[in-house]
Amino acid sequence: MNRPIRVLVAKPGLDGHDRGAKVIARALRDAGMEVIYTGLRQTPEQIVAAAVQEDVDVVAMSLLSGAHNHLFPKVVNLLKGEGVDDVLVLGGGVIPDDDIPFLLESGVEAIFTPGTPTKDVIDFINTNIKRK
Amino acid sequence: MDIQERLLKRDKRACARLISMLENNDEEAINIIKRLFNKTGSAYVIGITGPPGSGKSTLTDRLTKELRKEGKRVGILAIDPTSPFSGGAILGDRIRMSDLALDKDVFIRSMGTRGFLGGVSKATWGAVKILDMYGCDYIFIETVGVGQSEIDIVKMADTVLMVLIPNMGDDIQAIKAGIMEIADVFAINKSDLDGADKTKMEIEMNLDLNEKKEYRPPVVKVSAQKNEDIDILLRKLRDHEKYLKDTELIHQIRQRNLKTEILQLAEEEILRMIMDKAYENDLLEELSIKVEKREENPYTAKEKIVALIKD
Repeated sequence: MNRPIRVLVAKPGLDGHDRGAKVIARALRDAGMEVIYTGLRQTPEQIVAAAVQEDVDVVAMSLLSGAHNHLFPKVVNLLKGEGVDDVLVLGGGVIPDDDIPFLLESGVEAIFTPGTPTKDVIDFINTNIKRK
Repeated sequence: MDIQERLLKRDKRACARLISMLENNDEEAINIIKRLFNKTGSAYVIGITGPPGSGKSTLTDRLTKELRKEGKRVGILAIDPTSPFSGGAILGDRIRMSDLALDKDVFIRSMGTRGFLGGVSKATWGAVKILDMYGCDYIFIETVGVGQSEIDIVKMADTVLMVLIPNMGDDIQAIKAGIMEIADVFAINKSDLDGADKTKMEIEMNLDLNEKKEYRPPVVKVSAQKNEDIDILLRKLRDHEKYLKDTELIHQIRQRNLKTEILQLAEEEILRMIMDKAYENDLLEELSIKVEKREENPYTAKEKIVALIKD
């Protein structure tokens, strides 16, 4: 691909722990991607609005508050509502294994839990990107 | 409906996609700009520049909110640096503008510099036009945090706002050449910090040394964080706009900027031609080896490459 992949790194919900999001943002930067970081405590509506305006390839959300089953699918649905169908939605954070099948079924394309090497995330994005 | 029609109907996705296409040198984006160019020119462009951490993003957010009270549509191009090593970037200006994300009459786009020096990106020129076609009344261009000499913003904007903070150095900084010379309005942000008055005074004294002109850049103390005196700052920006429009100087400024833009485009194309020739058949490689062995010198090597594009 002859252009940088654009990734929105977002923190939905109310937890204030963004170390993970920053580590991912930095790793993606070093992998040659343009990372738009939106900061803490974003509503799903804000995340989707930013994803649209920034024309990103990937929305990567990090959440440690436990509200993932509510907030991740909501972002997926709002994107659909905007007619956005070429964005890869990823989730990360403290997510119990039992919740992962539900999230994948809801349209989140991958969940990365603590301990995932950043290379796995980069490889997943490079392999699964939907736009040329 | 094609992307051009959608843009004119103020579709955010179309606007966003066109900016991406332009950033990626897509021919179709350029054709759309060519077709719609006569519809541009009504947006007023304000460049916001200043050192890293001076509060440009927060101030852009506050000024936008102030303009929104009057019902103006605002576009924001927020530029952050691209890594010269990986080509990646962290674009973090939106963090300070979260409240604006859901305003249907505000469009915010983050851009990496993608190798372009001077505090902006190459695609910024075109992105301004796309936001103009999209229907913005005001467009803010927030540059990367600048040092002393990144002044390309002056070639893009109608009005340049320089954001400074107290205690950035001694009073010699205020009389140095470069970024201090390009401002139409100065904001001393973080005005609650010690030294704000002194910084203001140093800049005022420097301005007093300028040749007497009809317009003298105002210096305004503000606190973006505390949302103090933003209305005064906006008024000063619009006074400058009014001055340029009343005196018709706006045309001179825009023509000056367009000269740079046209030359910039020509330069890009010629550079591409040179690069193509230089890398064709490993010519550059071959020449650099010869020069290193002192069989050739850099000037003659240059002449050989340039000769190839002159044909």
